[in-house]
Amino acid sequence: MTQAISVEEIKAAMEAAVPGCRAEILRNESPSAQHSLLIDHEHAVNVAAFLRDDMALRLDFCSCVSGVDWPDREITEKVKVKKTVTTPEGEAQEQDVEETRKTMIPGFLEAVYHLFSIEKKHGPVVLRMRTVNRGGDARLPSLTPVWRSAEFQEREAFDLYGIVFEGHPDLRRILMWEGFADYPMRKDYVPPAEDDVEAVAK
Amino acid sequence: MDQELKIELSKHGIFTTTFEELYNWGRKNSVWPLTFGLACCAIEMIATTMARYDLARFGAEVFRASPRQADLMIVSGTVTKKMAPQVVRLYNQMPEPKYVIAMGACAISGGPFRDGYNVLKGIDRYIPVDVHIPGCPPRPEALMHAFITLQKKIDAQQLTGEERPRHLKANEPSEFPVPEFGEHGLEPAQNPDVFHPLRILGQ
Amino acid sequence: MSAMVTRVVLEEEESARGVEGELLEISMGPHHPSTHGVFRMDVRLDGERVTRLKPVFGYLHRNHEKIAEKASYLAAIPYTDRLDYLCSMTNNWGYALAVEKLAGIPVPERAEYIRVITAELTRLQNHASLIGFLLQDMGASGTPLMYAFREREKILDLFESLTGARMMCNYMRFGGVRVDCSSEWLEAAQNIASSFPQFLDEYEQLLTGNEILMARTQGVGALSAELAVNAGITGPMLRASGVNYDLRKVDRYGIYDRFTFRVPLGDHGDVYDRYMIRLLEMRESVKILEQALAAIPEGPIIDPKTRLRGLRPKAGEAYGRIEGPKGELGFFLISDGSTNPYRYKVRPPSMINLTVLEDMCLGRNVADVVVILGSVDIVMGEVDR
Repeated sequence: MTQAISVEEIKAAMEAAVPGCRAEILRNESPSAQHSLLIDHEHAVNVAAFLRDDMALRLDFCSCVSGVDWPDREITEKVKVKKTVTTPEGEAQEQDVEETRKTMIPGFLEAVYHLFSIEKKHGPVVLRMRTVNRGGDARLPSLTPVWRSAEFQEREAFDLYGIVFEGHPDLRRILMWEGFADYPMRKDYVPPAEDDVEAVAK
Repeated sequence: MDQELKIELSKHGIFTTTFEELYNWGRKNSVWPLTFGLACCAIEMIATTMARYDLARFGAEVFRASPRQADLMIVSGTVTKKMAPQVVRLYNQMPEPKYVIAMGACAISGGPFRDGYNVLKGIDRYIPVDVHIPGCPPRPEALMHAFITLQKKIDAQQLTGEERPRHLKANEPSEFPVPEFGEHGLEPAQNPDVFHPLRILGQ
Repeated sequence: MSAMVTRVVLEEEESARGVEGELLEISMGPHHPSTHGVFRMDVRLDGERVTRLKPVFGYLHRNHEKIAEKASYLAAIPYTDRLDYLCSMTNNWGYALAVEKLAGIPVPERAEYIRVITAELTRLQNHASLIGFLLQDMGASGTPLMYAFREREKILDLFESLTGARMMCNYMRFGGVRVDCSSEWLEAAQNIASSFPQFLDEYEQLLTGNEILMARTQGVGALSAELAVNAGITGPMLRASGVNYDLRKVDRYGIYDRFTFRVPLGDHGDVYDRYMIRLLEMRESVKILEQALAAIPEGPIIDPKTRLRGLRPKAGEAYGRIEGPKGELGFFLISDGSTNPYRYKVRPPSMINLTVLEDMCLGRNVADVVVILGSVDIVMGEVDR
């Protein structure tokens, strides 16, 4: 699995071919070194079609589509702040005070596409898209019109994560039944309590 | 009849039996299972019917695709919540007398997948089970052992009296309510008339 | 058959075409003898002809991914056994490969050889059984399946003597394999490899030229190369459509670059080609087996520095894939630096191969649907996970 073309080159080619598209390279620090490209919503379908049809890239095979859940995170950091403190002698004095500051990083849902080229035999090229939030705006453009292999996997991400893929031809629940209310693969999913009836020592 | 007299008579070529024995002898040697595979265990069930293990020796090789013609349901594999209503419905469609073998850890209790949100923690929550076989998956020998156990159970069933089996009691149910899909899981989560979990009470 | 005619529908469609008959909507499955497990197809029929077909999944969705995300990296291995429960060895390998990529774990030489041997044995028994099941669906009750299972049992015995389990081998580990194989075991594997072509000859004599088989499969369920690539079809099904893409040649994972073998390709992409591809692949697998068994070196079987319990890969992600008997089996792992994967995703080949089921079945008879589905080679444990 060699990455014949680097992500920087792909990003440059993408931005040249699809005017206005914004892509960001996300580094992967693990030994696999499979870096990914975060692309924006508006141009996603055009970018995907470019990647598929470009003669140098020919990423004709979308292998794997995964949903990922990133819930709200709270980062606690210690910051040194200059503060004016009144000393016991009654003088105002500037001092360095350590403060804990909490930053809330809003959560989002992510779809990860692993692309390969059957014709050129290279890959993987990893595409990512992120939703605005995990609630009502969990929407992404569907890439099924470009790669049909995404059809069932996007449905699965919709079913288990609640990502609404706009432009998907047949977006229904796929593994759970119609009428199921939860998104069970999300990190904050709690299974119903009735399941805990079991032989327990009292 | 006196056993010694029976043996004595058989020496003269006269075979005696009771109606109950004859009836059970016939039933136990022609158990027709339902063609019904759920998961991994189903492959071992198929292996059991193949030449090497040859389930035909027990008169049980005639797998029927229709529940109307089957006597035995082998619940071979994980029953998910999405599948459970179908399993109960199939059971209801089988004519009496009918038997159930819960094959493998999943069918008994959910097994390794017990923690799954879509996994039913044992089919005995909705239908009565006659024989449980542990294993993941049980070997074909274990399934054959379950068959022999079931045959013994059938052989011991009485036609009359208080001890007679369920299918001979007019007021006992032969069908069980089919659970429905709810918003978070199956409703009801178990059938209290059927499901009697063992509880370790007190200390 | 328990296919249920659920409703007679579509009055407006009927009046639009001018009434000759009625359209039927049939629900095949989830309990149906030909659906290879608990799989359902909602089929709309005009007489005998299929006008629409929608697969319905999830009847064996047992939450493999959720469970693996809550368990350690090691604890997921026995669950991978139960994905495609006919091929536990290759599933183990796919997962081990992904973890090795994620954490940068080397694999000793001998372990690589053992992996190839067990994986190719798995491929043999999977393809043999699949052909048996396919013929069973065509109405050849029992006989071909019995032949296949006879051979399969020999391979399962081999697995059992190596790992202790017939089906759920739980054998491979990231960084190698769990137990070493003895020279007697290698000899037994050699015996199977040498006698397998004889079984294949016998099997082919029984089936390949059979008139009924040809009539039922040739020209049925044809799949074009363009559609196959776009729909992400992999494995024997893709190669039956004439696309040369075998990960053993493309990625050369493990030590596959050391063996000489060919990749059989089909011309028509129909059910018959898929059947032939699998037969030819088995012959190639035997070649790989012979070469691997002749060249296997002595040495360690697992990387001594790898911590199996409590493995904590650096934060990052990896996608690893192998050529499973059913197609490209991939595992996508995201690590957040803790002992369990943050995201664990399986790329199930048999589920994605079903994408084109409707395209292959449209306009065919109901009886063909059964055959086409059989030729896809699905295992519900993997489709639904």
